[in-house]
Amino acid sequence: MVKFLAGRLIQFPIILAVIYVITFLLAWVAPGSPFQRTERPLAPQVQEQLKRQFHAESWHGFLLYYPPQMLKGNFGPSFNYPGRSVSQILSDGLPVSIALGGLAMSIAITIGVFIGTLAAVFRGRALDWVSLTVALLGVSVPSFVAAAVLRGVFAYHWTIFPLGRWPSGIETRLIGPLGHQFWDTLHASGFTSALSAWAGSFPQYLYAALLPAIALSLLPMAYITRLTRVSMIDVLGSDYVRTARAKGLSRPRVIFKHCLRNAILPVLSYIGPAAAATLVGSFVVETVFQIPGLGQFFVNSVQSRDQTLILGTVMTYSVLLLGLNLLVDVAYGWVDPRISVGGG
Amino acid sequence: MAGTLTAADATGPMPGSRPDSLWRRVLSDRRILIGGGTLLLVVLVSICTLPFTLRDTPGGTSSADQPNRWYFDSQDENNPRIAPTLHVKQDPYDDKSPYVVATAFIFGTDDLGRSIAGRCLVGGVISLAVGIAAAGISILLGVTIGMIAGFKGGWVDAGLMRTVDILYGLPYLLQVILFKVAFEPNLEKITGSAQAANIIVMFVAIGLVSWLTMARVVRGQVLSLRGQPFVEAARAMGVPEIRIFLRHMLPNLAGPIIVYATLTVPQAVLQESFLSFLGIGVKAPIPSWGSLAKDGLTGALNPQHSEWWRLAFPCALLAMTLLCLNYLGDGLRDVFDPRKEAAKI
Repeated sequence: MVKFLAGRLIQFPIILAVIYVITFLLAWVAPGSPFQRTERPLAPQVQEQLKRQFHAESWHGFLLYYPPQMLKGNFGPSFNYPGRSVSQILSDGLPVSIALGGLAMSIAITIGVFIGTLAAVFRGRALDWVSLTVALLGVSVPSFVAAAVLRGVFAYHWTIFPLGRWPSGIETRLIGPLGHQFWDTLHASGFTSALSAWAGSFPQYLYAALLPAIALSLLPMAYITRLTRVSMIDVLGSDYVRTARAKGLSRPRVIFKHCLRNAILPVLSYIGPAAAATLVGSFVVETVFQIPGLGQFFVNSVQSRDQTLILGTVMTYSVLLLGLNLLVDVAYGWVDPRISVGGG
Repeated sequence: MAGTLTAADATGPMPGSRPDSLWRRVLSDRRILIGGGTLLLVVLVSICTLPFTLRDTPGGTSSADQPNRWYFDSQDENNPRIAPTLHVKQDPYDDKSPYVVATAFIFGTDDLGRSIAGRCLVGGVISLAVGIAAAGISILLGVTIGMIAGFKGGWVDAGLMRTVDILYGLPYLLQVILFKVAFEPNLEKITGSAQAANIIVMFVAIGLVSWLTMARVVRGQVLSLRGQPFVEAARAMGVPEIRIFLRHMLPNLAGPIIVYATLTVPQAVLQESFLSFLGIGVKAPIPSWGSLAKDGLTGALNPQHSEWWRLAFPCALLAMTLLCLNYLGDGLRDVFDPRKEAAKI
């Protein structure tokens, strides 16, 4: 296990370096330099000054300057948002995206696994068709339509959910011990009061974030439902399930205790990349619900060739992706002891 | 395809394989029948109506006094948006003018008075073409690279698969947008038409980000086929590698390839709609289902006077088609490999 972890951790810097170089190439080679995008061309001196500020006088200078800086947490200034550094944008946007994405993934996993299991148990019957169609509908309409319609119907028309913007600061409360608010209270007045303050405000903030989280969860939920259904059907046909039923265990117990553990494996390998994508934020949901997450910064940065911000968001995403994939591999061994991660 | 099945059967029946013929299994799956049938209907209708829907686009061959035009510039400038109806006044300014049947308005009109039904039909062709082009490119690239990786093994395999892993790690939006920016202006110079360049770049850009899963699946299949006795036998007989490749392996890969191509189409269609949402999809006035939905979104969600039809019809068509494609893909997957279905997305 230790050997496996060490091997993977040694690969990380190499993979990250390759992703960095490729992203740099894509961003640098693409026409439309951020230094010349205004209608009126900038004076050569101004351009020179700008390039010096971004360490972009030459491609190799730019390429080599940022990696050591990134390790120190300095991602450079942003082309597109003058006055804000990329690290500032990342540290503002990432907690929002993580809070929202974490909530969305929890919803997607809980409901997806449940519906998928039901569909597998009632395979070929009406419940199977209905649940699968509902799950597939989630991936069959464009996400901007789903998000906008959810907002229009549940927040505007029926006013079940708040219509307003994302309340500022909610993300640090939602993620609890991961946010700075929790630690501030902890230092000021001890663990129990920090915990109770968090638990007390949690429902209120949960309510505020629920509708966008539901909108964001539709896509992973649909995939998880399908994966669970397919692998559950496989597991339900195996011998040990028949044995468990034959010795008199109740059906729900067999399904949720014995089968689910095995059926969850293919789902796990999907969850890693899906969670990384969801945690870094979704442009569509953030735009529709006016949430200041990382997704919009990423899309805007790509569209305006904001090279430092592109590199910053892509590297954040890659680190998250690699970390989550590693977590999934470890979880594999924990869910199914027969799989030895050391051998892989 | 029946021939491939016997070739595989000659090595001994796989556990779980059924004795029926492949076609019978395909035709007995309800998902394939319903999904494929509806899909065929949508494709046929939108392609067969193209002569009518395109006739009335600007530069088309329609004459001004044709009543039943599909691409309709409503004469009533005060109110170009018509709710879905089958009857319109022949002359909108004359109270006494007789009502005429207008199939073009069955889905209503948009803010410029154009028939939503007509635009949905043209948009269907565009959206499905994007999907099919993406599937085609993903077959071409994914199968080639997957087969080379699986067949050669060693460092070729390692290099190709690590490339695939890294491309997975790059957000596809970055690749699509930068590809577009890099190639669209050049292509515009070559083709001489901005519209053509836009559509071609859209096809290729979406296709280029869709082949990764295909490459992985094909590689896995090739790896398992390589150890099969019939491949070893062919090699022992001195069959050249390229022939083993094309003659003995490719037919056995047909199943997974078809399945993943089917599942690539809905993803590509959705990606195009997302690009339309960003404003960098298919350029107006050419419609796609995604851009129609995006155009209709604000009008439909206007609480005072909701023009629901502008969103509802394109979305319903899109959702129905994608649902059918997903059903078809799932059904085909069950038919083609009934045992190993759990291991894949």
